[in-house]
Amino acid sequence: MQIYLPIAEMPVSVLLLIGLGAAVGFISGLFGIGGGFLMTPILIVMGIPPAVAVATQTAPIVASSTTSVLAALRRNALDLRLGLVLVLGGFVGTSLGVWFFAAMRRAGQLDLVITVAYVTLFTIVGGLMLAESVRSFWARRRGKARPARLGGDHAAYLAWPLRMRFPRSRLYASVIPILGLALFVGFAGAVLGIGGGFILVPALLYLMRVPTGVVVGTSQFQILCTSFVALVLHAVQNQAVDIVLAVILIVGGVFGAQFGARAGRNLRSDYFRFLLAILVLAVGLRFAVELALRPAEPFSIMVQEAR
Amino acid sequence: MRVIVPLHAGALMRAVPALLLCWVAAGGVRAESLVVSLSFNRLAVTSTYTGTSVAVFGAIERDGQVAGRSGGYDVVVTIRGPRQALTVREKEAPGPVWVNRAQQKFAEVPSFLTVLSSRPLADIADPATRRRLRLGLQAIVAAPDLTLTVPSPDDPFREALLRLRRRDRLFTESEAGVRFLSPSVFRATAPLPATAPVGAYDVEVALLAGGVPLARHEGRFDLVKSGVEQGLATLARDWSLAYGLAVGVVALISGWLASVIFRRD
Repeated sequence: MQIYLPIAEMPVSVLLLIGLGAAVGFISGLFGIGGGFLMTPILIVMGIPPAVAVATQTAPIVASSTTSVLAALRRNALDLRLGLVLVLGGFVGTSLGVWFFAAMRRAGQLDLVITVAYVTLFTIVGGLMLAESVRSFWARRRGKARPARLGGDHAAYLAWPLRMRFPRSRLYASVIPILGLALFVGFAGAVLGIGGGFILVPALLYLMRVPTGVVVGTSQFQILCTSFVALVLHAVQNQAVDIVLAVILIVGGVFGAQFGARAGRNLRSDYFRFLLAILVLAVGLRFAVELALRPAEPFSIMVQEAR
Repeated sequence: MRVIVPLHAGALMRAVPALLLCWVAAGGVRAESLVVSLSFNRLAVTSTYTGTSVAVFGAIERDGQVAGRSGGYDVVVTIRGPRQALTVREKEAPGPVWVNRAQQKFAEVPSFLTVLSSRPLADIADPATRRRLRLGLQAIVAAPDLTLTVPSPDDPFREALLRLRRRDRLFTESEAGVRFLSPSVFRATAPLPATAPVGAYDVEVALLAGGVPLARHEGRFDLVKSGVEQGLATLARDWSLAYGLAVGVVALISGWLASVIFRRD
């Protein structure tokens, strides 16, 4: 079944898009990440203009993160206090990122910067996560499971000034590294056209020592707020949000996210980290291959404007 | 206002001879002239749009002094979509990674281009004439008005532009696309894929005989969004803040609905 998209100005297969949306939504719900870094490239490959793909992708992220946040609220798996601090830093980072994005586009080579950023960020984050989860697998094999939370291993930066209590996360930490993290995630998210959940989740887990049960709900809360702002900004600045495409993606995505969230609840914590590491690493390597291999078609066309 | 509903092809076939008579009565100044009609001047793009095709009907009229051409007539129909400014980039590997290096900007390239002819273009006119009259994809892409730089014979960027656009079926050429129904009446049908953008399309019909251009006709048609599609596009452009907030609210409500529907506890 084909339907014509009014903003993207092309017809698409509704069932195919719903299926893809459901698959990405499942992963999104499973890991508590936005899913934008998977869906946006898929949309571009399908022939949807990149600007429309990036802008419209924010809508299903808003929808699926709303569902996740509501589910987390019911399970009391959301640290609202920590979430609000993250949102504050995220807004600043997003604004800086949008500005940097425009500046780089003017300078040219935007796609190179994006690809290199994807490769470095995804390989580093994915590699760190993989190493950590393999270590914890190893520890379990030898019979002495590592304690879920080490008493004295609080990193020094958590003791910086402006300390704040986050009872839900059993955390008493300085807001400076938390704001800095949120700012970086917001910045990278805006430049790369992604929600940033895949950076936020491991960073909260490993750097901030937030318990696994709270991480997903809290990061989804931050993603919900920043994606909503990004959606409105894209609609106002680029007029590239396609409501028909958004609704199709939402329908697929919310269903997928539901089942993903269910599956995520039954997933063991170290197994969860291992799978997320593999996923992030795989996307990073895919971009590395693109950078290193001789392209089949060295030429590409970029349309500046229609007149 | 022009006719919005596309005419049925059969009805048009019957209408062409009648039209012809009118023009014959009016009389032409040149030896040969062209009468051309399109199957529609304005086509509404709706939610079920998956592409269409436009038919070009034409008749060649001669004034009394000219005898019939021995070799017969040749017709080339060129349809150009809305113009775009674009950049073609080439990836190179100065180090271990492939990056975009050289680039060339093109100021006005048709977003869609199809060339239909009654015979292979090489048989219709010699290369110089084809270049001058811009007959055929090769001649159009090699034309100097596409960029500010002077085109060289082996310009890799122009070749890449042609190759990539042909691959996406946005540039097409058919050397049997124009069919003569009688020695002086012809018909050409050009498929418009759904990826061809909305906007104004120029239709150029060139008449030649024995490699000599005789007459030219220019027409146009419009692909326009209509109904809901038009409404949404207008809303997104003129009321962008309200539109963005509305999409956001739709997303929030769908997320909430999903959590209500799937609630198990």
